[in-house]
Amino acid sequence: MQKLPFERPLVQKISAGLPSKFGIQGKLEPITHIDGIPVNSLIEEFGSPVFVISENTIRKTYKEAYRAFASRYPKVQFAWSYKTNYLNAVCSVFHQEGSWAEVVSGFEYDKAIAIGVEPGHIIFNGPDKTIEDLTKAISQGSLIHIDHFDELYDIIDLADRLEERPQVAIRVNMDTGIYPQWDRFGFNYENGEAWDALNRIMVNGNMDLVGLHTHIGTYMMSTDAYRIAATKLVDLAQGLMRKHKHAISYIDMGGGFASRNTLKGAYYPGSDTTPSFDDFAEAITSAFMKSELKPDDLPLLILETGRALIDDAGYLLGTVIANKRLADGRRSTIIDAGVNLLFTAFWYEHDIRPAKAVSDQTEDSTIYGPLCMNIDVIRGNVLFPLLKKGDHYVIKRIGAYNNTQWLQFITLRPNVVMIDTTGTPHIIRKAETLDSLNQHELTPGHLGQFNV
Amino acid sequence: MQLKKNIAISDTGFLFDPSTGDSFTLNPMGIEILGMIKEGKSQAEITSHITSMYDVVESAFERYFYDFISMLKHHQIIEGNGEN
Repeated sequence: MQKLPFERPLVQKISAGLPSKFGIQGKLEPITHIDGIPVNSLIEEFGSPVFVISENTIRKTYKEAYRAFASRYPKVQFAWSYKTNYLNAVCSVFHQEGSWAEVVSGFEYDKAIAIGVEPGHIIFNGPDKTIEDLTKAISQGSLIHIDHFDELYDIIDLADRLEERPQVAIRVNMDTGIYPQWDRFGFNYENGEAWDALNRIMVNGNMDLVGLHTHIGTYMMSTDAYRIAATKLVDLAQGLMRKHKHAISYIDMGGGFASRNTLKGAYYPGSDTTPSFDDFAEAITSAFMKSELKPDDLPLLILETGRALIDDAGYLLGTVIANKRLADGRRSTIIDAGVNLLFTAFWYEHDIRPAKAVSDQTEDSTIYGPLCMNIDVIRGNVLFPLLKKGDHYVIKRIGAYNNTQWLQFITLRPNVVMIDTTGTPHIIRKAETLDSLNQHELTPGHLGQFNV
Repeated sequence: MQLKKNIAISDTGFLFDPSTGDSFTLNPMGIEILGMIKEGKSQAEITSHITSMYDVVESAFERYFYDFISMLKHHQIIEGNGEN
């Protein structure tokens, strides 16, 4: 006789009135397949936990974003934000779609060059560019976005020594009506510092001032902030034309578009509240089109959005290690991926789902990672179905920042797999081993032996 | 292990404790096990019945059983009578 499926017995108190901090009960739809491949077989083949990236989703999201802007403005260029996810395969998908590279360190710059990006299509942002980095970027004709006056004077000096004309833009920070105002990147608009920097570049004459850039914030839920930022950058561009008869080639609006993840403490889910690409595009392009920029001489609009382009394409798959009862009777479920792998769990209420169909029963739960650290909490309070030891789970929307901010801490980092557009999985970053870490360590000879 | 007196359990898994006014819900497995506890079945009898009917081995069932019992005690639905 075939035995019936077993579900853990459960008793739950009924509390009338307002929803608890665990939220309103709702059935969690399982995620059984990713791009047509069963979650179980992905875990069987590539181990648990495992990161899975959908090439199809990256391309689809990119096309959606590009269409939103290109249908409203004639000259649009995306630049892939390396810090969001700089796995070579991921960058290559964006470059195949037409994205330039946006890097913020010498390491990222070298990575873009090694992948094969045309140096003239690399945007070099960030506050830390060494003389060596700047020399490379100037010699190869990359676009250098100047962050501060010390860097500006380094570039003036290098232009003289190298006898090259650096291709530069300045980074501008400004009041866009949001709090907190991001004023740490670049030169301030309101206090005149940005205009001062532009004048110094124009007066120097040994550099090509090709663009203006801003990076107003991250996980921006307000499209109006972008409209204000675009208006202020256009104002600077027009000032350059009036005073110096100089037309810039591009305006770079940076990144920061929110993804559909839910921030901790948010009342509504991110999937309901996040502005669409069309909303962001409308705010930015309408500011351009309403300005006095001449239609025949519109600057290229560059966008460096990272999070919103890659978050949906990433999944983290894994296995339940154990269930426990906490002191107050709540359930805790321990899973095999912690905050060392899922760094974004510090600020998102990640959408975690079972990998197979479950009953409607759920329990107030806290989901912990496997680390022997109190901070290793993946979800603090969630109504979660009754998964047992060995059951699989899927965490959605983890493509941004996790494969760059993850830590080799307590456990090793697992395989990262990309499912291509034909539904074939490929390992794009191999799981770390003890050897891969030990090869960076050197033990002085006198510490070679001990008796314990 | 004894169910508290006057506890009412419906066929659909609704449980009411008139001494506190608290209401609870049980999932189907919870209804079945609580029903057996009510009938005075021992843990061994319950385990034997469930493992013969459902796709679960004894060792796995044991941990979920103990967890379930601890929650029944937590909600004061069963009286432990000092037994472990």
